Amino acid sequence: MKGNEAIAEAAIRCGCRHYFGYPITPQTEIAAYMAKRMPKIGGTFLQAESEIAAINMVYGAACTGRRAMTSSSSPGISLKAEGISYLAGADLPALIVNVQRGGPGLGGIQPSQSDYFFATRGPGHGDFHVIVLAPASVQEMADLTRCAFELAEKYRMPAMLLADGTMGQMMEPVVLPEEAVDPDDVMKGKTWTTTGTGMKRPHNIVNSLYLKPDELEKTNLERFKRYERLAAEETRWEEYMMDDAEICVVSVGITARVSKNAIVECRRRGVKVGMIRPITLYPFPSAPIEAAAAKVRCFLTVELNMGQMSEDVALAEKCARPVRKCNRVGGMIPSADEVAAAIDRIAKEGR
Amino acid sequence: MAVIFSKPKALMDATLHYCPGCTHGIVHRLVAEAVDALGIEGRTIGIAPVGCSVMAYDYFACDMIEASHGRAPAVATGVKRSLPDRVVFTYQGDGDLASIGLCETVSAACRGENITVIFINNAIYGMTGGQMAPTSLVGQVTQTSPYGRDAKTQGMPIRICELLASLDAPAYLARVAVNSVANVRKAGKAVLTAFRNQVEGRGFSLVEVISTCPTNWGLTPENACRWVEEKMIPFYPLGVYRDKAADGKEAAK
Amino acid sequence: MTTRTIMAGFGGQGLLFSGKVLAYAGLLEGKELSWLPSYGPEMRGGTCNCSVIISDEPVGSPIVTHPDILMVMNEPSLDKFEPAVAPGGFIFVDSSLVTRGVSRTDVQTVGIPATRMAREMGAVSLANMILLGAIVAKLGCVRTDTMPAALKHTISARKADLLDLNLKAVETGMRFIKGEQT
Repeated sequence: MKGNEAIAEAAIRCGCRHYFGYPITPQTEIAAYMAKRMPKIGGTFLQAESEIAAINMVYGAACTGRRAMTSSSSPGISLKAEGISYLAGADLPALIVNVQRGGPGLGGIQPSQSDYFFATRGPGHGDFHVIVLAPASVQEMADLTRCAFELAEKYRMPAMLLADGTMGQMMEPVVLPEEAVDPDDVMKGKTWTTTGTGMKRPHNIVNSLYLKPDELEKTNLERFKRYERLAAEETRWEEYMMDDAEICVVSVGITARVSKNAIVECRRRGVKVGMIRPITLYPFPSAPIEAAAAKVRCFLTVELNMGQMSEDVALAEKCARPVRKCNRVGGMIPSADEVAAAIDRIAKEGR
Repeated sequence: MAVIFSKPKALMDATLHYCPGCTHGIVHRLVAEAVDALGIEGRTIGIAPVGCSVMAYDYFACDMIEASHGRAPAVATGVKRSLPDRVVFTYQGDGDLASIGLCETVSAACRGENITVIFINNAIYGMTGGQMAPTSLVGQVTQTSPYGRDAKTQGMPIRICELLASLDAPAYLARVAVNSVANVRKAGKAVLTAFRNQVEGRGFSLVEVISTCPTNWGLTPENACRWVEEKMIPFYPLGVYRDKAADGKEAAK
Repeated sequence: MTTRTIMAGFGGQGLLFSGKVLAYAGLLEGKELSWLPSYGPEMRGGTCNCSVIISDEPVGSPIVTHPDILMVMNEPSLDKFEPAVAPGGFIFVDSSLVTRGVSRTDVQTVGIPATRMAREMGAVSLANMILLGAIVAKLGCVRTDTMPAALKHTISARKADLLDLNLKAVETGMRFIKGEQT
């Protein structure tokens, strides 16, 4: 199964019946899959007039408590920024998939991780975050889709699946959960939704407008308390050959896969190198990186951008160790040989 | 003592923030009356826009959602597709519906989305302090057309009902005014039709209400009503531009 | 054991499809695998390739830098990927389309006039499957008897009537290798 299709099928199996999107490479398989499946299972696939409309349709569906999603690639996510900010401001759960391509501007259509800052700092105006998950296999494309919906609902905030084009296009075996979530069940227990009062309760209002500054401040403070809880309870990462590592690679998505090959190769030559692969990018796994700083002598970030995540690594380990970069941009992907060479250079420095 | 006039149930017991002489209050009431008449308050969800009626969510008793500027028809689409048996309406001004959200308006109409759109056309941006709207008349002086709207550089005003009437899908398109008792009565009927259409599953219904903005027009409420009659209505002719139910097109199927 | 394959040629030659069939055969045999296409704005006629990895261990990077098997269906692809083939690897060339010889001496080259053979079968678009059959027969990266099931699963419902013809093409490729070996 292709990574993009795994996202779509996983979303359906966890009760998502509302997909709104606009075509853009390299994520169109998600829309195509939804267009095929949704009409057959009583769901909605709607090709919106624009990315802006699509995210606002997601906003409307989220107001009713439904699991709703949209997907796009980098330039389209820029257009969705307004809607994502409103989702965050109204505390609405929703899933936004970004299968990144090279930028800025129209950029290219080949894989990239250059929306890292945009996703992790807050994709839109205002003080807010979205949950950001970075899959590194087709299996994780499926697993993290489900995880994104669940976390979004638990913390009442939008979640973004931040994949690179390679993850979307590649095929790997994937195991999907057999039991399916009932799309009506996910609406239950949400007291804040606008589904009609039924003349049984006062009206609910979904809103992000607070004209009184003290009230608006209160909503911001409350939201950031939730972000703290999210960071404490939901931060995820994978450690690979870190037990005796002297060099720590930090990488996500396709570059983490390439790095694994490079690490195996370098280990064969006796270089003690391991990897920390963040799975949640927001919240960022700062604690394991800070802990690693006590035993490794150098970090190496491998990214498809100019080194955006390397700043988070340096912040996490409080600049205790140097952070070197191995990066390619514009749709280029470093080969395992390139990464191994970068590791070897650090290994030689140490001698 | 017999009660001969009362507030519709679908309106909250709140003091409206609108300026004296503004017709938003009248239109709010017409919407609430239609909701009461059809007995649908418990299953109605309203979408408020950005503009003077941004806080409409505090005035209607049904569930309410605040949308970003211009996107109410897209938000309404998301709600309606999630809950097809609910009644969903948007309440939008001219900047919201005819400028920044024109794409969402036309696309929702083109899809024949089964929603009701109440469109307030008062030829000006009220909330931001009186800038030129897409519907401002030629020669109209506003903060951003201080020498009067010049058709050569600022274009001609947009007629939404006529524009949407070029599409096949919409079920109902009507332009009404609320500057006189007789017009308010007609407007009430149009609003009711637009809601009834949705309940009966007929599809996209829009009522354009020619409204006043005495504050930003720099007129007294009375003169504002006169300005509607003398300037607005000649350019924006009142009437029904599409009524599939009345045409019997549905019955003929 | 890990086999890394690149299949390359023009868009429309069915390279992504033959890669999928190979990958699916690996899946049926319980192996670890990945399939990664090149993608571009040209739907047809542009250059096109896919990478397939079949392994007994979890696949690290799905990107193939040094293929053990290279299948090429046009000359630009041979120019591009020939230098990358791992020493001791194999290059399968559609010799009806690629006229120049392989210059590397540390790899084994198998030339198959696949397009001509496919034309003789009545459908030039089967050349990819002939080459695939040849690869499987020659190298045993997946079992030959897995191929029918792999094809059946991979072929789209729209083209289900072409299943038998595709199978025949795979078998033709297999026979070509057997004939070569005897």
